[in-house]
Amino acid sequence: MLVITCPYCQEAREEEEFSYAGEAYIARPAVPEEVDDATWGDYVFHRKNPRGWHWEQWQHVAGCRKVFAVKRHTVSYEIAGSWTLADGKALYLEEQA
Amino acid sequence: MPDLKATQVELYQGLLAGSTTGYPSLDFDLKGLLGKFGRFMPPGFYYKTFMEPVKAWPIYEKYIRKAAGYGRAPTEADPESYDHLHHHIDVLVVGGGAAGLWAATLAGRAGLKTLLVDEQAEMGGWLLTERRSRIDGLSGMDWVNQRLAELASLPNVTVLPRTTAFALHDLNLVQAVELLQDHLPLTERNAALPRQRLHKIRAHQVILASGAIERPLVFGYNDVPGVMTAAAGHSYLNRYGVAVGREVLVQTQNDAAYEAALDLALSGVKVTLADARQGGAAAWRQQALKNAGAELLLGHGIAKVLGDKSVSGAQLVKLDGRSNQVVGSGPRLSVDTVLSSGGLTSTVHLFCHNGGRPVWNQQQLSFVCPDEGRENIACVGAITGRWELSDALSQTHAAVAALLLGHGRGSTGKAPAVASEEVAAPRAIFRLPDGKPEGHGAKAFVDYQNDVAAADIHTAVRENYRSIEHVKRYTALGFGTDQGKLSNINGFAIAAEALGKPIAEVGTTTYRPSYTPVTFGALAGPHVGETFDPRRYTAMQASHDARKAEYEVVGQWMRPWYFPKPGEDLHAAVNRECLATRNSVGVMDASTLGKIDVKGPDAREFLNRIYSNAWSKLDPGKCRYGLMLDENGMVMDDGVTACLADDHFHMTTTTGGAARVYSWLERWHQTEWPELKVRFTTTTDHWATVAVVGPNSRKVLQKLCTDIDFDKDAFKFMDGRSGTVAGLPARVFRISFSGELAYEINVDANYGRYMWEEVMKAGAEFDITPYGTETMHVLRAEKGFIIVGQDTDGSMSPNDLAMSWAVGMKKPFSFLGKRSLLRSHTAGEGRKQLVGLLPLDPKVVLAEGAQILSNTDDTVPAAMQGHVTSSYHSAFLGRSIAMAVLKDGSKREGDTVFVWAHGKSVPAQVVSSVFVDKEGVRQHA
Ligand SMILES: [Zn+2]
Repeated sequence: MLVITCPYCQEAREEEEFSYAGEAYIARPAVPEEVDDATWGDYVFHRKNPRGWHWEQWQHVAGCRKVFAVKRHTVSYEIAGSWTLADGKALYLEEQA
Repeated sequence: MPDLKATQVELYQGLLAGSTTGYPSLDFDLKGLLGKFGRFMPPGFYYKTFMEPVKAWPIYEKYIRKAAGYGRAPTEADPESYDHLHHHIDVLVVGGGAAGLWAATLAGRAGLKTLLVDEQAEMGGWLLTERRSRIDGLSGMDWVNQRLAELASLPNVTVLPRTTAFALHDLNLVQAVELLQDHLPLTERNAALPRQRLHKIRAHQVILASGAIERPLVFGYNDVPGVMTAAAGHSYLNRYGVAVGREVLVQTQNDAAYEAALDLALSGVKVTLADARQGGAAAWRQQALKNAGAELLLGHGIAKVLGDKSVSGAQLVKLDGRSNQVVGSGPRLSVDTVLSSGGLTSTVHLFCHNGGRPVWNQQQLSFVCPDEGRENIACVGAITGRWELSDALSQTHAAVAALLLGHGRGSTGKAPAVASEEVAAPRAIFRLPDGKPEGHGAKAFVDYQNDVAAADIHTAVRENYRSIEHVKRYTALGFGTDQGKLSNINGFAIAAEALGKPIAEVGTTTYRPSYTPVTFGALAGPHVGETFDPRRYTAMQASHDARKAEYEVVGQWMRPWYFPKPGEDLHAAVNRECLATRNSVGVMDASTLGKIDVKGPDAREFLNRIYSNAWSKLDPGKCRYGLMLDENGMVMDDGVTACLADDHFHMTTTTGGAARVYSWLERWHQTEWPELKVRFTTTTDHWATVAVVGPNSRKVLQKLCTDIDFDKDAFKFMDGRSGTVAGLPARVFRISFSGELAYEINVDANYGRYMWEEVMKAGAEFDITPYGTETMHVLRAEKGFIIVGQDTDGSMSPNDLAMSWAVGMKKPFSFLGKRSLLRSHTAGEGRKQLVGLLPLDPKVVLAEGAQILSNTDDTVPAAMQGHVTSSYHSAFLGRSIAMAVLKDGSKREGDTVFVWAHGKSVPAQVVSSVFVDKEGVRQHA
């Protein structure tokens, strides 16, 4: 069981209050009709599933119901931090660059 | 309570106890018999003998389980209550022996929020048994009581006895179970209070002081009653005043068992101590024992125990000083009890539950926790292999002092003073030799609970099981409620010898929660029955009860299923309800439909993106049926949404899908389109909804409401109006899930029952008939209306459902799922599509879920064409009908297919799924 900090509530709470909402920052093709089946299939089905640091979304379902970004290690379960989706995206893009 | 360990149960007045082992009875123990002919039942016996035929396995299993002595699980519901308590603390100390008490004292003095748990009823650990040590000049128990008094005086410290920490999870989440009433006489138990409490402890720092458990030595016939560990004999004497025998043989390979022998001898028991070491214990111990009148036999081991149902003696042999060999015969002793000590095994379980590995300590002959512990987990005392009290306390002091310094808490003073004593090293011997090859001498048990003998481990290795994990599974070593606490190291050592490897290389099996068995009741706590799976009732519940409704549970809601009149069964009631509704008027409680209020300047654009159909031109006062697709293009929910104002919509969802759709909307809004100005409020519970259905429904509404014009051209099908119904502000939607003229009246949920009764009164002259979900299903199936989740399964596109009319491919924004509809497979041939089926025999109602075949050839594997999704008898049509998904179904109208179920194939004709009023005249009436 994780302990997760909601960046909106600014509180560290038990995982039971949250619900996992999948990998973060998956880009939806801007004009879906212009991409081929393979590209669209990647977007719909393929996930990174890394062994290591993972950017993911959590929703504070038993709290403020906001969706936010968490950077979590999938082996050690260490959480590097949690951010609003907008704040996290800047960091995420920086890391990807 | 099945499968408790007798020595760990606190006695109370009126306790009823019975054995679970020894089927059919203790005196005729089937397994005891097999044990005598051990060679006939080698390890892997079950696998080898009972594997074929597979069909007979349940029969074998029944008898094997019985013979193995597993307890019977109770079949009644647990009448006891349990609760859960969450802790968020600085320090958790596991174990209330000397090390744990000192660790808790230091943490408590430093002002940290500290919790100390111990599985026993009394704190003190080994000091409860061992009475000679002095700490800071006090006797062991005086020092324990001083500690407990100090801890009780500290408001930041909690001490919980009878509390077993049984699991350690990531981020220092520890679960512990506290036995609150199990030790009380039945007459003193309070049924209003919980029997056990599960503590969920989140601690910044865990200090493991869980100590060590003595393991027995392995020797011939060591399962005869009267054989026990030295520590057990010692505790019986010093804690409970029981001498376990009059003539006792103590067999050891270490110094500690001398303490038990000495106390027994001083209590007047005739004691003989056999030590596997040639030199024996430290000189002072040998002297003390001799002074107490005990006999000492150095370099001796037990070859076998004598006696059948109880110990009558023991045959000893002389042991070689270096190798584990017999060098000569020894005396045959007449004793009534045999105690043995093979040294201590550190209780490393919790440390290993989430990935920690123990290390082999060759001096102490145990797998132990490393001194440095792990991040935020400290290990103190015997768990690190420190058997001597002086070592244990000084290591505890140093470890906790370092930890407190890390927390910025200052000096901790001095460690408790304990005189250190000279100790002779233990001998690395686990299986005492009897001079015979393994398997040829007396049977020597390693795991008492699973009847695993030393010979079985050799057999497993001989059969080429190399990994200790495989040896464990092949022999059942370390299974069961004991989880190898007594047997594991002996088993590993015997496997190591057979494999010709050092023990450290053989390693340990994996330690998993739980440390001890925990009753499901404690794990579930208060989350049982309706607190686990709540039941939801609509505001009309009392009205339904009064009309004797039968209920079915739909996504936690208790919905009326049908309303039987006296003597009616389900079918009779449903036939009557259907006909009454189609011919006059019916009424249904539709309050459970999910309702979401969608509001904001971009609400319309949001609906355009989330639904497959178009919403741009829906005027206020109009309703529209919408299909919701996932990004894979498959139908995930449906419902009617009404436009209340240009920026305000009343969305409905399926009863079971309400919560899922609500978070679906939230997530898309927050993650993908935060720029859209729109808000969602779940209003399912806010509105009570009465559906008035049938040709006379208009007349009923007109009696109840005068400020809405119900004329067929003024208030059309798929229109919505606000007005006053039965004196209440109401939203009325002219929508239909039956194909009939129908209205749904929505009022403040607090008035739900009042509205229901007003409708019943107004409809009385038309014999208004309440109906439930079953009639609703029949009525909608007669019209071919789908139920998401029944006629769809997450792999049905709008096309497959012949609902392309609900897909706005020309909408500017590429709505969810649109792109997927264009994929080659989704747009291609051979997909299953929704059709209607009419069994050729109109009296036959097809089985839902039945497979559809193209012909009567049922040779396996048959080419499956699809399956029946909905099937009913239609009273209105006087025959059976069904909906199904069928490969390329849209092109197969008129075909005859064969529906296979219950060993029979039933012919049916493929037809349109709209069985009643194809032109839609009735709903537009
Ligand atoms: Zn929050």
